[in-house]
Amino acid sequence: MIKLNDIHKSYAMGSSKLHVLKGIDLDIHQGEFVSIMGSSGSGKSTLLNILGILDNYDQGSYHLGGKLISNMSEKKAARLRNEMVGFVFQSFNLISFKNAMENVALPLYYKGVNRKKRNLMAMEYLDRLGLKDWAAHMPNELSGGQKQRVAIARALISQPKILLADEPTGALDTTTSYEVMAILQEINQAGITVIIVTHEHDIASMTKKVVRLKDGLIDEVIVNGELADFSSQYAREIQSV
Amino acid sequence: MFDLDLWKEILSALKQNRMRSFMTAFGVFWGIFMLVIMSGAGRALQNGVLDGVRAFATNSAFFWTERTSVPYEGFQRGRRWNYDNQDLEYIRSNVAEIEYLSPRLFGWQQDGDNTVRGERTGVFNIYGDYPDYFKIDQWTTLKGRLMNEIDVMQKRKVCFIGERVVETMFDKDEDPIGQYLKLSGVYFQVVGVIHPETRINIGGGKKEETIIIPFTTMQTAYNYGNIIHFFSVTARKGYSVSSLQEKLKKILKERHQIAPDDLQAVGSFNIEAQFIKFGKLFTGIQVLTWIVGVGTLFAGIIGVSNIMLIIIKERTQEIGIQRAIGATPGKIMTHIVAESVFLTLMAGYIGLSLGVFILAMLNKFLESQGDELFFRNPQIDLRMALSALAILVISGVFAGLIPAKRAISIKPIDALRDEG
Repeated sequence: MIKLNDIHKSYAMGSSKLHVLKGIDLDIHQGEFVSIMGSSGSGKSTLLNILGILDNYDQGSYHLGGKLISNMSEKKAARLRNEMVGFVFQSFNLISFKNAMENVALPLYYKGVNRKKRNLMAMEYLDRLGLKDWAAHMPNELSGGQKQRVAIARALISQPKILLADEPTGALDTTTSYEVMAILQEINQAGITVIIVTHEHDIASMTKKVVRLKDGLIDEVIVNGELADFSSQYAREIQSV
Repeated sequence: MFDLDLWKEILSALKQNRMRSFMTAFGVFWGIFMLVIMSGAGRALQNGVLDGVRAFATNSAFFWTERTSVPYEGFQRGRRWNYDNQDLEYIRSNVAEIEYLSPRLFGWQQDGDNTVRGERTGVFNIYGDYPDYFKIDQWTTLKGRLMNEIDVMQKRKVCFIGERVVETMFDKDEDPIGQYLKLSGVYFQVVGVIHPETRINIGGGKKEETIIIPFTTMQTAYNYGNIIHFFSVTARKGYSVSSLQEKLKKILKERHQIAPDDLQAVGSFNIEAQFIKFGKLFTGIQVLTWIVGVGTLFAGIIGVSNIMLIIIKERTQEIGIQRAIGATPGKIMTHIVAESVFLTLMAGYIGLSLGVFILAMLNKFLESQGDELFFRNPQIDLRMALSALAILVISGVFAGLIPAKRAISIKPIDALRDEG
């Protein structure tokens, strides 16, 4: 599904260059539930942005669904994002002057689906996430958890192959975080590849695979069976510090 | 294609910032409003002045005599002189460029009441004219007839009078035609009541207070001999009246022993030159109007562009989200440009309508003031309104284009990161 080969990315910071990703090799298969971890500055958000075709890379190759993603025109990138990728953000990023239903329906608008049909579909997705009664509410009338669920519905409505979530629980309390994670797990079980960026170990431990980044390189990959240990190992780490 | 969502977004974006949208729109509104008002006023002045002279032959020149200013052939300077009938005959048979030639005598105005009918008296401007005069300076007949050749040939004692003369010398429901007026001691029969078509007045006074009698009658009845006070000519088609004017001056100087370099003795005046002067004046007014109006409009449009830039800045994150979930740059650009055009067009339309409305009101008011004013029909034509609208649309596009370019030049990732 996703195949990254020796990805490099650096940002120009004035005269100096900041080398963020220094050769990432990563395979993610259809239906995986992956979390990307790492301290701040380790390049996890940059990696996610490259995965979501929001940013381009300098070197290496990135195949998404068998297609090479490199130097696309903005128009093509926008279309591909619309078809393949759903985004969920830490700060929800709902459009403030549109109600929940309109927010959910927005990707379909860009796809050219007519109003009636897309609103109907938006209601269906809101219903699935238990927000049917909140459809007519504006974002500022919703709680954080509700907003994130609206954002998830919006990410799902275009029926993407992968769902990218940048710290989806970063702005939520623990209970709500677990609710959101439960939803993401459910989505994953339906066959959609879910990739989240997080720095919370308990959140990461709910995924099936953890990719730890360190200084722009993959430090370790922990897969399903080892995840139980992961939590306790993390607890030890904290004690030893 | 009508895109309801696009318009919904535009309206909600404008509604969110009512005050700012209003202030922005006001710049454009004011620009177009000023353009309409000024252009209308300029046009009104032009209409007023040109209406007053429209029926006047534009290819005409006028001649009168002044005292000489240069001694010549034994004559001292300061000599008084007059044109005479022989001058006219000579000019008629020797100058081919002339179309109409009409001599005039000015009656006395200085010795008190010159017009008497029973117990009524009045002072009017009495002129002796040829029928050709009515071809140079047009009059319409309200009652009776206009002067003809036979009046002149037979030296008939008939007169043509203006409306004020009728009001003064006759009762309200009295028919003046066929009645007699005593003009400086001689009885004339009224055969026509005439109304001036132009406001150009030779000899001063109000044109409605004019009494015109046949030229020959005046020369004979009041002992003018063969003297002529004044004459008008028009040039034939294809000839310049200015060069005709110079040619006639030269002939007249030769015939009356006046120095060729005497600039004062032959008084003359050329309508064509005046028309050109007026034409330039009005072109100048129109040009100025456009410069000021378009300048104001331009300032308004820069305002729109500026505000759009701020709107883009404020909505950077929103644009980032839209692009993350699949909006193409084209879509975003269309949105911003449409918003800008909408704002400009709305403001411009209101400005245009209000401007036209005010001009219409002004027109109504002016019409109730009669036709004495040199300010008439303040209106702008359709072509002008349409070109103003076209300017608005084009400038709206331009005002939107810069911010739109800016909006899509921001990478979606940067836009998302922007937490402002």
